[in-house]
Amino acid sequence: MALAYAPGLTVTERQLVKSKRILPLKGDVLVKVGDRVKPDDVVARTMLPGPVEPMNIANILGLPPEDVESAMIKKAGDTVTEGEVIASVKNFFFFTSECKSKINGTLESVSSVTGQALFRGAPRPVEVKAYIDGVVTEVIENEGVVVATWGGHLQGIFGIGGETSGILKRAVSSRKENLTEKNITDDMKGHVIIGGARVTAEAIQKAIKVGVAAIITGGLDDQDLRNLLGYDLGVAITGKENIGVTLVVTEGFGSISMAERSFDLLCSKEGSLACANGATQIRAGVIRPEVVIPAEGDVNAKDEREGYEQGGMDIGSPLRVIRHPYFGKIGKVIDLPSPLTVLESGSHARVVEIQFDDDNSKAVVPRANVELIES
Amino acid sequence: MAKLNPEQIKYILATDCGSTTTKAILIEFKDGEYRLTTRGEAPTTVEAPIEDVTRGVLNAVTELAELSGRKLIDDQDRIITPSDGNTGVDIYISTSSAGGGLQMMVAGVVRSMTAESAERAALGAGAIVMDVISSNDKRQPHEQIERIRHLRPDMILLAGGIDGGSITHVVELGELIAAADPKPRLGSSYKLPVIYAGNSAAQDAIRDTLADKVDLKITPNLRPVLERENLIPAREEIHNLFLEHVMAQAPGYSKLMGWVDAPIMPTPGAVGKIIKTIADIHNIEAVGVDIGGATTDIFSVFRPDGAEGVFNRTVSANLGMSYSISNVFKEAGMKNVMRWVSFKMDERDLRNRIKNKMIRPTTIPQSMEELIFEQALAREALRLAFKQHKSFATQLKGVQQQRTIADAFSQEGSGQSLVNMMTLNMLIGSGGVLSHAPRRNQSAAMMIDSFQPEGITRLAVDSIFMMPQLGVLSEVHPTAATEVFEKDCLIHLGSCVAPVGEIKKAGGDVMQYNFTLPDGSTVAGTLKHGDMKLIEVGIGDDSLPLKAKAVLEPARGLDIGAGKGVKVETEIQGGVVGIVLDGRGRPFVISEDEETRVNDLQRWNEALKVYPEGAVTHSYATTEAAVA
Repeated sequence: MALAYAPGLTVTERQLVKSKRILPLKGDVLVKVGDRVKPDDVVARTMLPGPVEPMNIANILGLPPEDVESAMIKKAGDTVTEGEVIASVKNFFFFTSECKSKINGTLESVSSVTGQALFRGAPRPVEVKAYIDGVVTEVIENEGVVVATWGGHLQGIFGIGGETSGILKRAVSSRKENLTEKNITDDMKGHVIIGGARVTAEAIQKAIKVGVAAIITGGLDDQDLRNLLGYDLGVAITGKENIGVTLVVTEGFGSISMAERSFDLLCSKEGSLACANGATQIRAGVIRPEVVIPAEGDVNAKDEREGYEQGGMDIGSPLRVIRHPYFGKIGKVIDLPSPLTVLESGSHARVVEIQFDDDNSKAVVPRANVELIES
Repeated sequence: MAKLNPEQIKYILATDCGSTTTKAILIEFKDGEYRLTTRGEAPTTVEAPIEDVTRGVLNAVTELAELSGRKLIDDQDRIITPSDGNTGVDIYISTSSAGGGLQMMVAGVVRSMTAESAERAALGAGAIVMDVISSNDKRQPHEQIERIRHLRPDMILLAGGIDGGSITHVVELGELIAAADPKPRLGSSYKLPVIYAGNSAAQDAIRDTLADKVDLKITPNLRPVLERENLIPAREEIHNLFLEHVMAQAPGYSKLMGWVDAPIMPTPGAVGKIIKTIADIHNIEAVGVDIGGATTDIFSVFRPDGAEGVFNRTVSANLGMSYSISNVFKEAGMKNVMRWVSFKMDERDLRNRIKNKMIRPTTIPQSMEELIFEQALAREALRLAFKQHKSFATQLKGVQQQRTIADAFSQEGSGQSLVNMMTLNMLIGSGGVLSHAPRRNQSAAMMIDSFQPEGITRLAVDSIFMMPQLGVLSEVHPTAATEVFEKDCLIHLGSCVAPVGEIKKAGGDVMQYNFTLPDGSTVAGTLKHGDMKLIEVGIGDDSLPLKAKAVLEPARGLDIGAGKGVKVETEIQGGVVGIVLDGRGRPFVISEDEETRVNDLQRWNEALKVYPEGAVTHSYATTEAAVA
């Protein structure tokens, strides 16, 4: 059994999906273990410290920094309002020089080294939503919760845009069909739509206009991605884009049909709620985009798939080629030669011989350029 | 970690967990010497569902065990130590770069002075500098505070003020950082590390301002006086914090730490260590490059005063051949990449291919056109990384850099670069695209095109990318490291001879040459402008490179190391590629005219035997993989 291949991505009809919902700063958890939550429910909240406004009191009043403290009317911790006198000093001719607050907030500190006072505005709330329709299974004190649900789970290879949810709706007739502008209709507003092969730039624009929540597609052209983002993506770290729609790409860049298993899974769940996240990070601590399709089930029951590791490659294993010249082709392993083989490029590599499903043709491909399809 | 007795060490297992591949080597003590006997590799496993770097280690070691016939892993998936008969090893060591990049923010009082010194310290330590905050960067304080809060770096380096000078401005910067109350990028479970390396008189005030809010570390001032930098202490602190906070986030890293017999070294640190060692042993100037999946590291040892070698290292955080390949294309631009490719490629298809490599970083080029294109990208990644290195490897003496007042006020370059291509003796390449190139001639061509060595320069590559492992081994067992390095690690490619100077006449004479080869035969001729020639001088029976006696007479105005137009008589080292005569001039320019460019590329590739005949003329027809 050979192990030198790229691991496939999860495409499963039913598993226990857990999502950790953590605040960026410590705060309040608003739910408890066992609570049923919807994707838009706020599960934790914190107050982000307000904006800071520095003022150099020493410069304004013409004092040495060490004398600023004695000129302060307001002290650290006091509330201030915009225009309120916060420091004053009498000069030679008994005129008074004053310093007024520029913001509503709190005087945070006064420095005798720099003569600078720091004011902080009102705090801003930050909320974390449940993201998936499920049950709270764990509360991490002051930090967040774990929400779990049984359901379908599909990992993409690349995505953009953040967390969203909507009812799954099929937009193409087959997994080989490109998702074009004409496939997007007004009734898709708020939906997570299922595409087939490549999604076109026009289709994405129309989806944004209509208000589609997310698009799941087999492929995407890099040129379209660049036009959409307005810049060339250098490193695959995404999720914060605010383009008006979330994209989950299941196969890769270019025109490539969605894998049969993925397409069938999504289509079989049409009409169900789907939660999608485009966030991708292909580096340490890899994050792949995903689609979760929640279903009923006891979240405390054991998932037999937990700790599941994909098996090795064997004769007959179904796989997909993930690099040119056979990029995207699907077939079965017919031989796993042990010695290193010389490729057309002249490199020596361990290879796999494949018979492709579409035309029964055969090809020898480096093992590093294939991924197994879960059966 | 057991105490090791070097004499008892007969079997050594070493791994390097790169961001793409985990490489394992087995070193054995046989017939009175340490030799590399087997190597294995497997994809690095930081991806779901495995998300444990040790799995990739075990896969690589399993391959090693299969190939060597030696049992190395027990039934509980543990590496067997010590050795006994045909099982186990005596020590296991590892390097790792699987933790991803280091993202830093730096702050200093004056942008062109302390802020720039801080930036240089951070870059030298291998960081991506996300932003440089300074008192005169034209942003309002509240904008700076918002920026600091928004960035969420891995750590902040704060500098400012010379020792004994005014403390006001640097404390003001400290107050801005405290007000921003910044959080680290990776998790909220620890305080953000902030290194203070500014005016020593302000240390107490900085402590009062920041100690409660961040994990404050204080190091000596990196600019103690205006005329001198002292970057090393700050760099060392950055490295410590990098290991402690950033690399430790790589999945399974803590487990790996429990397996090894010596502290895990970051891969670039280990490579730098071995390159510095080589340069010092041979008293030469050397540049080493390690082009990885995510980053490209460049190491250099130059001797500006002719004696003590000054070591510099830079890390180009987003220039690499897999995770960062899309960024190489973005930074270099399509035109610069495609100038190395002699056949047409459809831009849309090309962009998709690059992105597909980015999202599936462990794939390898199968076809010749994929290889040629990947090597074109490598040339650009190396060129850009070396450009960065030249900017930051500035005049240093020991641990300090001496600068004149005039330099301090100069905005340009902030000090002269130490990199002198004419005095450089040796260029060593490392990393998959150089070490695993199907032909060594390809490695030599890539290195010459991107580094453009001047005069006479020896070229070598790390045969199977084992410099990282040997770097860490040199800490534990210097004898084994040196023996393996000399006998098994370096592949001597040969030398490059490149006259430098203004070449006015196209096709004119550049240099007369006369080589007496080891067998006594001679090769003589004239190198013309724009030509490349390969003189085959190989490797001797003792596995060391042969040498040819050379008489080189550059044309008037051109220099090959002894001065303009001055004849050089010397011995030049060959290698598996040979001696390359490069008459393209420095810097050489690739023609904008398409026909001339393609013709030139073909001539150069043929002269150096880079690709099989006909490969570079292959015309690519776009295929869109619409798959059934």
